[in-house]
Amino acid sequence: MKPETVLNADVRFTLNGKAVAWLGSPAAPLLDVLREGFGNTGVKCGCREGECGACAVILDGELVNSCMVAAGRASGAEIVTIEGYKNTPGFEILDRAFAGAGAVQCGFCTPGMILAAACILRNNPHPTTEEVRKGISGNLCRCTGYNAIVTAILAAAGEGEGKW
Amino acid sequence: MSISESVIKTDHKRKITGEALYVADYPTAGLLFGRLLRSAKARARLIAVKPPELPSGYFYVDKNDVKGLNRVHIVQDDLPVFAEDTVEFIGDAIGMMVGPDRDTVEELAGKVTVEYEELTPVIRVEDSDTIFVDYHYDKGDAEKAFREADRVIEEVFETGHQEQAYLETQGIIARPEGERIVIHGSMQCPYYVHRAVAQATGYRPEQVRVKYDTTGGAFGGKEDYPSILAAQAAVAAIKAGRPVRVIFDRREDMEFTGKRHPSKCRYKAAIKNGRVTAMDIDVIYNSGAYITLSPVVIQRGIIGASGVYTIDNLKVRGRAVKTNTVPNGAFRGFGGPQTFFAVEMMMGHIAARLGEDALGFKLKHIAKKGDVTSTGGIHHFPVPLPAMIKQVCEACDFKSKREKYNTQTGTKRRGIGISLAYHGAGFTGRGEHELIKAVIRLHKYPDGRVEILTANTDMGQGLDTTFSKIAAGELNISLDRIIVEPADTDRVLDSGPTAASRSIMVVGELVRRGAARLRDEWREGDEQVIEEHFKEPDFVIPFNIKEFKGDAYPTCAWSVCAVEVELDTITGVARVLDACGSYDCGTPIDRRILIGQMEGGFMQAIGYASMEQMAADSSGRIRNNSLSDYIIPTAVDVPGLRCLLHEEAYPAGPFGAKGAGELPAVGGAAAYLEAMEQALGGVPLNHIPFSAENAIDILEKRGNAQ
Repeated sequence: MKPETVLNADVRFTLNGKAVAWLGSPAAPLLDVLREGFGNTGVKCGCREGECGACAVILDGELVNSCMVAAGRASGAEIVTIEGYKNTPGFEILDRAFAGAGAVQCGFCTPGMILAAACILRNNPHPTTEEVRKGISGNLCRCTGYNAIVTAILAAAGEGEGKW
Repeated sequence: MSISESVIKTDHKRKITGEALYVADYPTAGLLFGRLLRSAKARARLIAVKPPELPSGYFYVDKNDVKGLNRVHIVQDDLPVFAEDTVEFIGDAIGMMVGPDRDTVEELAGKVTVEYEELTPVIRVEDSDTIFVDYHYDKGDAEKAFREADRVIEEVFETGHQEQAYLETQGIIARPEGERIVIHGSMQCPYYVHRAVAQATGYRPEQVRVKYDTTGGAFGGKEDYPSILAAQAAVAAIKAGRPVRVIFDRREDMEFTGKRHPSKCRYKAAIKNGRVTAMDIDVIYNSGAYITLSPVVIQRGIIGASGVYTIDNLKVRGRAVKTNTVPNGAFRGFGGPQTFFAVEMMMGHIAARLGEDALGFKLKHIAKKGDVTSTGGIHHFPVPLPAMIKQVCEACDFKSKREKYNTQTGTKRRGIGISLAYHGAGFTGRGEHELIKAVIRLHKYPDGRVEILTANTDMGQGLDTTFSKIAAGELNISLDRIIVEPADTDRVLDSGPTAASRSIMVVGELVRRGAARLRDEWREGDEQVIEEHFKEPDFVIPFNIKEFKGDAYPTCAWSVCAVEVELDTITGVARVLDACGSYDCGTPIDRRILIGQMEGGFMQAIGYASMEQMAADSSGRIRNNSLSDYIIPTAVDVPGLRCLLHEEAYPAGPFGAKGAGELPAVGGAAAYLEAMEQALGGVPLNHIPFSAENAIDILEKRGNAQ
């Protein structure tokens, strides 16, 4: 990433509960800023064009593909990556549920999938199977065929009352 | 506790927390970034290649920097590390630009001028004048059977490319360390990479070290390709004297790395007294521009060309031919899905012509224990297909739906199909015995922990966990006393590649035997090392590759798949309502892991048959090079998918387990297409992928005819 000097300005945002500032180009993809600027390598790059969901993060409560978001858009926002989410009570439930369902194979889609699950359950603590499937349909997984992931999210919903 | 009872996977925690390091996650400080310069022409002579003036610290690397042999060792030495006098496909690697700033590297790579003398490329298989391999085999007397036949039925079947679409793209880091080169990255087969790097660099084997990083899916796509990329990165790193990292973006990965071979299969069947007495089968696979793995891919394809059936007389030919398109490689099933698709459709079409029910007709021909295989070997073990067919038919109410959907009205039409398949477990022929000669070690430490030392990799299929369960189960110790570290050629001997559904059945059995010996020889508080070598099971009839005679595989894994669709006859779009498979992989080492493998593979088979479309245009360029243009199933596409197991122990495998990983990708496509045939009112279909456009074409033709 080459900083564009004309555009350069501090982009200040909250990353996993901590106030941070990005000093590079506000046009840089948030994906690169998170991975390279802040070492959040749990944010995966699968396609860099918004199709696979491996780079999904939570921005002000919404799931976004960080490859499609310019760093400047993060200004003033609260961003959560797997590095932060893994310390929450919601994660503990999803972790157990994903383990119990065997929902992690290669693991590359997993951080994005967990954050997608967190967003689904926050908005709808008792989703139907169809709602779960629709909710993760922006996150590709080539290993599991999705059943184990859907089972895990439904199991987490059953356990996680009030934790989202 | 039974071995099949599921445990939490040993790699679960580091993956779900995002802590697992994939190759792209290593710190980039001090690394040079590499970008391949690729041919823009499908076929041309290279007249001149001129890199621009390079700033200090930047390097252009090409064939002149290859100090060893400029060939990547795969099956044969045909693919150059960097192009020499010609380029053979769009994407052929001419050179690599490396340097410390990624954007500058990109910019410099774009400024290399390449002068081509264009030659006419061969894009279509029909136009090919180069046959890379041409195999023939016979069983019985096909000519006689055709002479005596009541009727002869002939058809042609075609299949397209399929892209592995692992979520993590290809990536390698090559790091010079003194007199050595250290490679790490995303891969299935560290020792394949090891040999390729030694050959390209001219280094002695002990100067090369290969480790695999957490690998984000592979499905065969990281069987041979990492050898190519590692050889290129190693040559660059040695020239620069600095570590070089090459990680593909999605488009580069999709357009230029190997895929499932497109195929064209001509089937001719002799029918006598309502049975198939002979088949004459001519199989052509599009190899792409180089041989790479094609010989072994087509071997598997033609051995399985008569499917799960015992046909007494066979005449089989298989060719892999050259075109100036991306070289095809390994993809789960490895040559099997193409011919199993063809033979399943063929059997269904013969039944239709004879006025018989397809499944009933297939049942009359199914192989059973003791039957002679296509290559004159023996089915040494029970063939559980009848029980599995019953299981699947009951689970999805197959027979009544099949009958009901024969008469339908309205704009939405349904169909249901069923397909039968096997996957020969392990390497074809004598590969294990003559080439791989797998060897493993178990290292017991004084504190009583035991490390499993193999060259096999866990790319998501759960091998670290299943190997650990096998060792712990045989030693009768707890799972947390077993150690499995990522394979590192400095620490492990060559137990062979992680491919061919061999890891559990072959290497896992060595782990089990080693563990049994260690249990017997256990000395409390001592350090002990146990070594186990591959031994061919006694019952195997040795395979002769020249004549295609003998047991091609010690045993087979079997599958039955049913797919139900609903077709919108206005839009041509089909929805999968139900997809039910039964799989026989012997005793599951972990039931949940096995089901996960079957579900993922079945989904890939449905994608293969329906939505996964990729092809080169007339210039040889692949346009479907992104996940926007090449569509793989999402969570909403096949909500009803379910997999059942048929559990029957295989006596020569660890705890009764046999090959598993590839099986579900082999058989599902024909079930989908048979369902589409029924939804379209019984029209015979002959190719996959079968798209909405294809359905519309048929519906329009029928509309015009009415």
